[in-house]
Amino acid sequence: MSPAVSTSSEATETAATGDVSSATASAAASAAAVAEASGPQTITMAKALNTAMADAMEADSSVLVFGEDVGRLGGVFRITDGLMATFGEQRCFDTPLAESGIVGMAVGMAMNGMRPVIEMQFDAFAYPAFEQIVSHVAKMHNRTRGTVKLPMVIRVPYAGGIGGVEHHCDSSESYYAHTAGLKVYTPATVADGYRMLREAIDSDDPVMFMEPKKLYWSKDQVDLDALRAEHAAHVSAGSSSEGRAAVARQGTDATLIAYGPSVPTALAAAAAAAEEGRSLEVIDVRSIVPFDDETVSASVRKTGRAVVIAEAHGFASVSSEIVARVQERCFHYLAAPIRRVTGFDVPYPAPKLEHYYLPSVDRILDAVDDLQWEN
Amino acid sequence: MTISADHKEQGLADARPDEMDENEQASEVRRKFGISVEDYMLPARHQIQMVDPSGALNPQGEQGAEPGHEYPIPGDTELMAAYEQLVVGRRVNDQNSALVRQGRMAVYPSSHGQEACQVAAALCLREGDWLFPTYRDAVAVMSRGVDPVEAMTIFRGDWHGGYDPAKHKVGIQCTPLTTQLLHAVGVAHAAKLRGEDTVVLAMCGDGATSEGDFHEALNFAAVFHLPVIFFVQNNKYAISVPLSHQSVAPSLAHKAVGYGMAGERVDGNDLVALLAVLDRAVKLAREGSGPLLVEAHTYRMQAHTNADDATRYREDSEVAAWMAKDPITRMTAYLGGRGLLDDEGSARIAAKAEGVATQLREGLGEEVPVDPQNLFRYVFSKPTPQLKEQSALLADELAREASSQKEAGK
Repeated sequence: MSPAVSTSSEATETAATGDVSSATASAAASAAAVAEASGPQTITMAKALNTAMADAMEADSSVLVFGEDVGRLGGVFRITDGLMATFGEQRCFDTPLAESGIVGMAVGMAMNGMRPVIEMQFDAFAYPAFEQIVSHVAKMHNRTRGTVKLPMVIRVPYAGGIGGVEHHCDSSESYYAHTAGLKVYTPATVADGYRMLREAIDSDDPVMFMEPKKLYWSKDQVDLDALRAEHAAHVSAGSSSEGRAAVARQGTDATLIAYGPSVPTALAAAAAAAEEGRSLEVIDVRSIVPFDDETVSASVRKTGRAVVIAEAHGFASVSSEIVARVQERCFHYLAAPIRRVTGFDVPYPAPKLEHYYLPSVDRILDAVDDLQWEN
Repeated sequence: MTISADHKEQGLADARPDEMDENEQASEVRRKFGISVEDYMLPARHQIQMVDPSGALNPQGEQGAEPGHEYPIPGDTELMAAYEQLVVGRRVNDQNSALVRQGRMAVYPSSHGQEACQVAAALCLREGDWLFPTYRDAVAVMSRGVDPVEAMTIFRGDWHGGYDPAKHKVGIQCTPLTTQLLHAVGVAHAAKLRGEDTVVLAMCGDGATSEGDFHEALNFAAVFHLPVIFFVQNNKYAISVPLSHQSVAPSLAHKAVGYGMAGERVDGNDLVALLAVLDRAVKLAREGSGPLLVEAHTYRMQAHTNADDATRYREDSEVAAWMAKDPITRMTAYLGGRGLLDDEGSARIAAKAEGVATQLREGLGEEVPVDPQNLFRYVFSKPTPQLKEQSALLADELAREASSQKEAGK
């Protein structure tokens, strides 16, 4: 895997080598350099995520970044590029190659005053850490009646669409969403890459931060200073957009409900449908847990029709949960059964077969056509 | 991995382990301990035993000590404080087993026979240090100062944990084997990054050394050079499976050298030796010598839990042989022989143990009202909209149940 991400980090080579506090002091200078270069500019989601971590590390010396290859290399996707150089080896470092160890050590660090942001190199490489995630990350707060909080973020590059080989393209969000005690976020836009990762790091609860790897290279015009100001305003007001879905495109005839890597596909389908005179609303779920029933239900009640789109296998999945929730809340508003466009219930396919598997614009439009439009 | 006492002091804060010169490591060990790196990391040829099963002090040359593996006998005050906890620990184990038989506790994995390990693991630490226990280590938890009833809440059945880990610096008693060793590593790592001299002791059993997290925890601790003591109570059985099915290593302590840390074996029923070995391990860890692995040879005198039948997998004669090595009779004889323990002292300690037993009978006997809304209260720091809905659903269900009971009562 050699991703062509080049996040031109402004990080200087003034690597802090002392303890955490002195590392922070010298990091301020390079963080200021990042700020100078901002203003409205075209950046990738990779850069937005990288900036979110840099800003959080600059703001709080307890924020640490570690994982496999996240240090000198900057991560196989370069999402942590420059963090070791800017903040020193005490605050961004490589670990031995052992995912359960990474997550388990992060649990202990979070118990002892740190806010670890850790990287699982790929979706399927996180499975060795499953026991730590399910039995400890998710349960520690409950087990201790809230006396032990685990403010940690587990970043997981997930899903396919990049021609990856086996074990590099799993949509693993349903495993985590099914586990009580974990928040599960997945950004679909460049701005949300920054916004949601800052919120995840701020959260006193553990967050599974699912990063759609095919969107790492997606670009958008983003004003980082405006996003920083928005974050600062949220922090001072004690508010956030946490747990809120977004209306990614307004429409009146049917609602497409999507998240993460499927949001751009849903938007493309809505654009194509518009040319045929059909107005589709697109909801970007953003936060799978907690789930924003309010926004999703309001849209479906308005349009009366819905298609849920997700890359993961459909069986016993986040998409089946969404269908169930919408059905329970919007039954009397529905003109047709809710449809789903998901991955087939097969292991993630080899690169030359993945386009048959992934939800596509055509498959979404076919599902929309099936929503009983007669009259 | 280096034995360096303090990287920072030597301007090596950023030195990566692989950049450390091998000769430099060797010379440092030689300077500090007078032996080679291998001899430092490999356990001494024999387990450390200071007091034999009859309570007699072994002659100095027969305690298992070797050059670089030297263990001074702990002071009298420390020994007496530990003995007191030992007696209390035994009483607690037996009281809890009785409460299980009476149906007042759901389950209790007893450490009967292993109390010397329990007490030493707790007492070798100082304030500010952390302990990470397993489900069988309730006596160690209590010995760290946790209220006995709070320590037993996990087995009473009204919540998963009864004490505040942050307040006591004692992790919640952990059930999934060796997962807590990594938490110990993380706590030590965070402390080291802040420049604190915290030591962390993490407990597990012999069977648990087969788990993947055992390997990952030892390796992380060694690579990051963290002050963690891995304390393995080798009680010979993982439920029914004997140690020979878990490992064919020369000893569990020998595993240490593979990670680049020091290992030692100690008689786990000899409180004097345990304190000596663990005190030194804590001292070395605090000085910056990195992690250590200590294997204590002991025996689980009772079944795994009340639900287990130990007669299916071990002979009575084996149990009887270990009965003769009991940690309490041995320590009582040793302290009595040294004139440190008289009838008055024994009576005072027995009364204290009885007081704790009474506290447990009363605390675990009383019917603690459970609040069903606690189901939703602690899942997240703030309940999600979905949990609020489910909480309201349950409240409504209970309200209707209460009103129909009231109706029926009229």
